[in-house]
Amino acid sequence: MTENHTHTEHIDSETGKLGMWIFLFTELFLFGGLFLVYAIFRAKYSADFHHGAAELNAFIGAINTVFLLISSMTVAGALTAMQKGDRRMTMLLLTVTLMLAALFLLNKYFEWSHKFEYHIWPGSPVLKNMPQGELLFFGLYYMMTGLHALHVIVGMVLLSINLVKVKAGTVNAGRYVILENSALYWHLVDLIWIFLFPLLYLIT
Amino acid sequence: MKDEKQHISSYASLTVVLVILLTLTTISVLVTGIHLGPVTVAVALVIASVKVAIVITQFMHLRFENLFLKLAVSGVFTLFALVILITFIDYFFR
Repeated sequence: MTENHTHTEHIDSETGKLGMWIFLFTELFLFGGLFLVYAIFRAKYSADFHHGAAELNAFIGAINTVFLLISSMTVAGALTAMQKGDRRMTMLLLTVTLMLAALFLLNKYFEWSHKFEYHIWPGSPVLKNMPQGELLFFGLYYMMTGLHALHVIVGMVLLSINLVKVKAGTVNAGRYVILENSALYWHLVDLIWIFLFPLLYLIT
Repeated sequence: MKDEKQHISSYASLTVVLVILLTLTTISVLVTGIHLGPVTVAVALVIASVKVAIVITQFMHLRFENLFLKLAVSGVFTLFALVILITFIDYFFR
């Protein structure tokens, strides 16, 4: 047996991307279900939802929107840099993205702490004594922003892994499907916030 | 599927997209500041949808993907819109 085994790895990035998109579809319906619950209860208890939303700080919400939009641009830029083979730029832009994500979470921390000061947290006695609609509003607020924050954390983990891999050279100009898919995930985090922001903070 | 030539978005075009998104956010905040009732809700949601469409086509490169993926994404969003529509029809007319 003198067969010459040259190991050529087959990378099918198109299929990898398709798989990622299908996963993102399931994420869309995960949040979509919550949006739907929110919309129906908002129609049912509009006055209570108005009160609840008025208590949210639209300024913090707007700042966080700006952070996420910029971070979406920087992660897209990181992909551009990788495609061009500019490793340093990729790492720089990934770091900026991670910093913006951290700022987003910091803001969220302050926002939630402020609510906690008023004894508003899921299951708190103050919340339980509120009208039914406000109870639902804050329940949905914590559920939706909490689930979203969890996605931000997962996204940060993914981007950090990419940062390490780019540094090590295992993600490079010839092979970057993991960076591409992580960027897609990060954009989804941005997309969900684009809807959460007007729903929770703006429409009062 | 073969590895086809990848489209590379330039930094300049990404920046333009970001500026558009930030402008839309500002408009959305300003418009909802004027209380117009149901109109406000509609405007805010339309702007959010436009932003989502921009992020998907530009940042997520859907513009440069194959037809299959484009159809899949539009199909899923249409399905999502139908789910919302049907639920509301059920809610208001039951």
